[in-house]
Amino acid sequence: MLLGFTLFFSTWLIAVDVLGVWRFRYMPGLWEVIQEWTAKKPKFGVSIFTSEYYTHIWYSLRRVLIAFSFSLVLGVPLGLFMGWYRKFKEFSFPVFEMLRPIPVLAWVPLAILMFHTEEGPVIYLTFLSAFFATTLNAFLGVQSIDRDLIRAAYCLGSKPRDVFRHVVVPGAMPYIFIGLQIAMGVAWFSLVAGEMVAGRLGLGYLVNSAYTTSRYPTIVISMFTLGFIGWLSSAFIRLVGDRLMQYRARVLSSG
Amino acid sequence: MKRKMAGGSALLRGIIGTALFIGLWQVGTSLDSWTGVSLPIVAQLPPPSSVLDAFLPLIRSHGFWSSAYLSFVRVFWGFMAAMVIGIPFGLLMAVNRTAKAICFPVFEILRPIPPLAWVPAAIIFWPAPELSITFVTFLGAFFTVVINTVGGAEQIDRRFLLAAQSMGADKRTIFRRVLLPATLPSIATGAVVGMGITWQVVVAAEMISGGGQGATTGGGGGLGFLIWNSYLGGAIPKVVVGMIVLGVLGYASSTIVRIMSTKLMPWNRAI
Amino acid sequence: MNSLEHEAVAPAKQLRGGISIRNVSKVYGSGRSSFMAVDSCSIEIAPGELHVIVGPSGCGKTTLLNAIAGFHSISSGEIYLDGELLCGPGKPQAAPGADRVVVFQNGALFPWKTILDNLTYGPVIQGLMTKKDAQNLARERMATAGLSGFEDSYPGELSSGMARRVEIARALLNDPKVLLLDEPFRGMDNLTKSIMHESLLQIYDRNEVTVFFITHDIEEAAFLGSRVSVMTTRPGRIKETIDVDIPRPRDYRVLTSDKFLGLMGRIVDAVADEAQKAFEAGERELA
Repeated sequence: MLLGFTLFFSTWLIAVDVLGVWRFRYMPGLWEVIQEWTAKKPKFGVSIFTSEYYTHIWYSLRRVLIAFSFSLVLGVPLGLFMGWYRKFKEFSFPVFEMLRPIPVLAWVPLAILMFHTEEGPVIYLTFLSAFFATTLNAFLGVQSIDRDLIRAAYCLGSKPRDVFRHVVVPGAMPYIFIGLQIAMGVAWFSLVAGEMVAGRLGLGYLVNSAYTTSRYPTIVISMFTLGFIGWLSSAFIRLVGDRLMQYRARVLSSG
Repeated sequence: MKRKMAGGSALLRGIIGTALFIGLWQVGTSLDSWTGVSLPIVAQLPPPSSVLDAFLPLIRSHGFWSSAYLSFVRVFWGFMAAMVIGIPFGLLMAVNRTAKAICFPVFEILRPIPPLAWVPAAIIFWPAPELSITFVTFLGAFFTVVINTVGGAEQIDRRFLLAAQSMGADKRTIFRRVLLPATLPSIATGAVVGMGITWQVVVAAEMISGGGQGATTGGGGGLGFLIWNSYLGGAIPKVVVGMIVLGVLGYASSTIVRIMSTKLMPWNRAI
Repeated sequence: MNSLEHEAVAPAKQLRGGISIRNVSKVYGSGRSSFMAVDSCSIEIAPGELHVIVGPSGCGKTTLLNAIAGFHSISSGEIYLDGELLCGPGKPQAAPGADRVVVFQNGALFPWKTILDNLTYGPVIQGLMTKKDAQNLARERMATAGLSGFEDSYPGELSSGMARRVEIARALLNDPKVLLLDEPFRGMDNLTKSIMHESLLQIYDRNEVTVFFITHDIEEAAFLGSRVSVMTTRPGRIKETIDVDIPRPRDYRVLTSDKFLGLMGRIVDAVADEAQKAFEAGERELA
């Protein structure tokens, strides 16, 4: 594994700093980026020691968290209902499936019209993509439940509402958490896109503004920060899921 | 007989649901002109009637089709590149442990970086703006295709491989006759999802390079650009038409990919 | 470890759970794609009887069981439980309920609940007892069944044999009239299966419950059943019903007795050509 990292970073180092091969000449060098990132007084204004860095991180993080929460609260119940109540699904699924393929960024103009605030459009876009992923996976989760489990619940005297609570919701959990991880990933995707087009502050905005102001190392810093935070947030969700669904871990460990 | 009726009534309900949605949309946007009461968010949207009016002229215009074509070309090349490079790369990592140990960690570090964050880096690196857009598009689908390929190959029931071995197959045959077909479903999933991502990235890239805050050079045109331009010009119904067209194109291309992949897997027809 | 204790004085069995299946047919699909799964089956099952349906794969045995359980409708005929109509003309589908509990082929313990929670689910959800009482009762039953110590385990941690026994215990905790078993021991190795058979017979001897058991295993059918119905290949009809008049309690020694072998012979004769037909038709299990 270490070999992989060394290979990657050394290729970067060689291609840009040492050889300046072809187009790589124009890219910010590895050493340059590291120096910038760890500098107390960075040349281009952004490093782990500057507050600007953390401001951007916070703005992006905040937007994602708000949007994600909305998508969770709206998407999971919607997906579960669509999976459980067939009639409801027949009414709502076509509309859902027609709206889903519309690329999130195509909503930008409407989002700007609908939400006059500064943060509104970006949060809305982020919410939208996370929402579709969450709902869809919750829906698939219900469908994935072994029908015998539902029948068994009825046999044991449950009413439909009991079956929903004791079988459908726990049964869909694995898929729901997969959906949430995916939703987190697409949330970051949409957030960056939204910030690049219509945002003020935030990591996506930083990537763009760093480019337009020719602060090349900063571009790379923001990219990797984005990647890291994105990974962290998905990993966090996975951890929560593992804790909630202990019964799965135990099966695996008992071989 | 019950099943036929059930299918029919599902369709009916779908139509009713959709009609209800459009109806609410119309009411929500027209409410202020009827009653003087306007809804907070929804009122700002263009009503379906205006969208319908804008539809035909736009479809007839030459500019529209050239934009659509441009977007499509970008999608096509990005997607193809992602498949052609991604599938072998994924398979390599699945069969060769050293390759995986070397490449996978780096891959996993780069994967969470949103594709659009690569745009400036891509513009700096690639000589032509068109190449940068295609590169970013490629990235979007690439990660999905690879991760699905690797995951699918690793989930193969060990027994298939052992059975092939016990029948005397060599490594190359096992790869071609067992591993590859068994991984196809996952590759197909990766392709369908990747296709969706491709459209998202293309539209985003077109909007960013055409408008927004990043005044990057070149790479103009395409449906994303058309939408943004229409917005700037105040032709909001056109925006919605553009959105609908994109939705249809995205859905159609995913469906085509899905159909093509099912053709490649005739054994899935069973049961 | 796994044997139940016979009580010193066996309580007199209260008889309930008599099933009357009259001319039941089930047709799936419609028009050109329809097929008849079950064709005019009639069986009378006395209260407290252990009735086994044996037949080749795909003959419709599970369809009958599902009809009794209320998982799908019947196309014609009637089914009565203790004289009350379960399903019939005007009421094509019975409502599933805790008076007819099913034990499923592939196991249906809730994977996300502990064994104890699985067991107490029925009584608690029906409001028959408080959670505390249900837990105490469940613990008792587990102890009798030799399953103590697994209360806080999850189903995924149990072997299939233990899981199946837990599922049977879960069903019985609801004091059902009928216990419906859909090839519950399918796929188990013979050693585990014999243990399961003993377990089931002991449970049957101790409880006042009618058992409706489906299998394709002839020896199992003859060993367990009070009466055995042989079903033809699809569309399933009742070919023959055979009385197994071997006294209870039965143990493994029965398996080699002349009477038993004679009975098995009769069943084999009845099933054999059905099995051949099913095989040639490439019959798949409908499950």
